Amino acid sequence: MDAALAVTGLSKRYGATDALRGIDLEVAPGELVGLLGPNGAGKSTLVKIACGLVRPTSGEARICGAPAGSPAARGALGYLAELFRFPGWASADEILALHQRLARSGGGAAERAELLELVGLGGEAARRVETMSKGMQQRLGIAQALVGRPALLLLDEPTSALDPTGRRTVRSLLEELRRRGQAVLLNTHLLSEVEHVCDRVAIIDRGALVAAGRPGDLSGISGVEIETASGIRRFPGATRDDVPELVARLVGEGERIYDVRVVRPTLEDAYLAAVAP
Amino acid sequence: MTDALAVAGVALRESVRRRVFAVVVVLTAAFGALYWWGASQLFQDTSGFGANRFGIDATALAGATLLGLAMFGTLFLGVVLAVFLTLGAVRGDAESGLLQPLIVRPLGRRQYLAGRFAGAASVSAAYVAVVYAGAVLVTGLVGGWWPDQVLGAGVRLVAAVVVVAALSLLGSVFLSATANGIAVLMVFGAGLLAGLLGSIGDALSSHTLQRLADTAAWVLPFEALYRDALRVLVANVTGVTGAIVQLGPLGGSHDAGPLLAPWTIAYVLGVATLTSVAFARRDL
Ligand SMILES: Nc1ncnc2c1ncn2[C@@H]1O[C@H](COP(=O)(O)OP(=O)(O)OP(=O)(O)O)[C@@H](O)[C@H]1O
Ligand SMILES: [Mg+2]
Repeated sequence: MDAALAVTGLSKRYGATDALRGIDLEVAPGELVGLLGPNGAGKSTLVKIACGLVRPTSGEARICGAPAGSPAARGALGYLAELFRFPGWASADEILALHQRLARSGGGAAERAELLELVGLGGEAARRVETMSKGMQQRLGIAQALVGRPALLLLDEPTSALDPTGRRTVRSLLEELRRRGQAVLLNTHLLSEVEHVCDRVAIIDRGALVAAGRPGDLSGISGVEIETASGIRRFPGATRDDVPELVARLVGEGERIYDVRVVRPTLEDAYLAAVAP
Repeated sequence: MTDALAVAGVALRESVRRRVFAVVVVLTAAFGALYWWGASQLFQDTSGFGANRFGIDATALAGATLLGLAMFGTLFLGVVLAVFLTLGAVRGDAESGLLQPLIVRPLGRRQYLAGRFAGAASVSAAYVAVVYAGAVLVTGLVGGWWPDQVLGAGVRLVAAVVVVAALSLLGSVFLSATANGIAVLMVFGAGLLAGLLGSIGDALSSHTLQRLADTAAWVLPFEALYRDALRVLVANVTGVTGAIVQLGPLGGSHDAGPLLAPWTIAYVLGVATLTSVAFARRDL
């Protein structure tokens, strides 16, 4: 089975700026991959190439086996742009109906109602876009991306305008997508989001992939810190299981113990280490 | 195909919701009323002239001049409509973020363009046809003067506005909405100006001016169509009256020859191809 998204040797130059320099990345069917990186790293550029809005300088992206930008590739994806707008005069229901038509979805009114419910806009079907708050528009944008159950969702900062409840909604939505077997590439700056729901993380910096792996693995080595009378003693690589033995040894050496901490580095630490200037 | 219709439908629904059409209808009705009033005044004044020793047919002169003026007004309003319906179709909408969600759908860029063009061209063409027909009726009913080739002139006028819609869509690939609107209206104005210079050139037998006008008319065929529309409008007015009305109130009539129709079609197709190639290469 083809990968939901396969990116090989992808480069993009904007004039003198190298937005992407040879990125390789794969998202398996049904996999949820988080794409992290500082501002200007090239995350949005990567996603725009995948959905055919931007043409790569070299390399290629394939969606479910079809080259990015081809009708087959576009038919297999749902996209939420970082900056987007829906026509203000249209209602939520009309927007979704238009996208159902363009995405060739036969879901009808039932699908529209379900999607609005899913993003927390149930009961707002008749509301015009221009009367919606920014976060409501972003919710509608997410619903739009989900129209027609695409095999791959490209979500570019879907929670940037959402309140904490909305973020939680999106998180459970992502879990729901995984249950349904829809693959997701999620661009975000919210590390906690990635840490909690993503199967894999890719970190890019200045157009290059600097780290990739499962969130737990990426977080790197943990350790144990023990506060003694003579100061803090660090045992990198040690785990919770090692604690009794370490304490016994130190006590045997005549140390007085005041505190023991098992240190689990966060994704944030890994991220900061990966993109350090 | 049905995707293009969906896109055209969105543009049309927007115009309805935003009351574009309501405004257009109201203002056009005002324009029509003014025209009616002006025509009845003019024909009342000229009805007393009778035949004079210069052989000028006052009714034909008044009718042809009035209708020529109305055609200019109709074309201008139609062009404004065509431009405003297309000015931000690509870059303008891409900058505001309206375009991206649509264009990543399977419909593709060419279908999107086709939809925008179909929407704008059909609305402005229908508008021009209706207003022109109204002007012909008013002139005929009030003054008793009917143009020579009513349909021929109308078809040329409609074609002219379609040409402008195509040009405006092309411009929208390169320019942001405001810049494109200004650019297309200025190009339209430049074409008309060249036509005016041409009719001065005809009157003074200045070959330089005539050549300039002819070149402009082929480069911007809406101008050739407009001048040819004026020609077929007054083709049956002969003698001194004919000579006068051919100078026209706003740009003189001019025979564009048999190549006009094929050239116009080739031109619109060429502009459409250019638009679609340029759009296909554009990063959004
Ligand atoms: N249309 C463009 N023209 C020129 N340069 C561009 C264009 N779009 C993006 N860039 C440049 O490409 C680089 C990557 O931009 P991109 O938008 O992909 O970053 P990002 O990782 O999405 O950042 P952010 O977290 O701020 O959204 C940046 O240096 C940016 O300035
Ligand atoms: Mg971005």
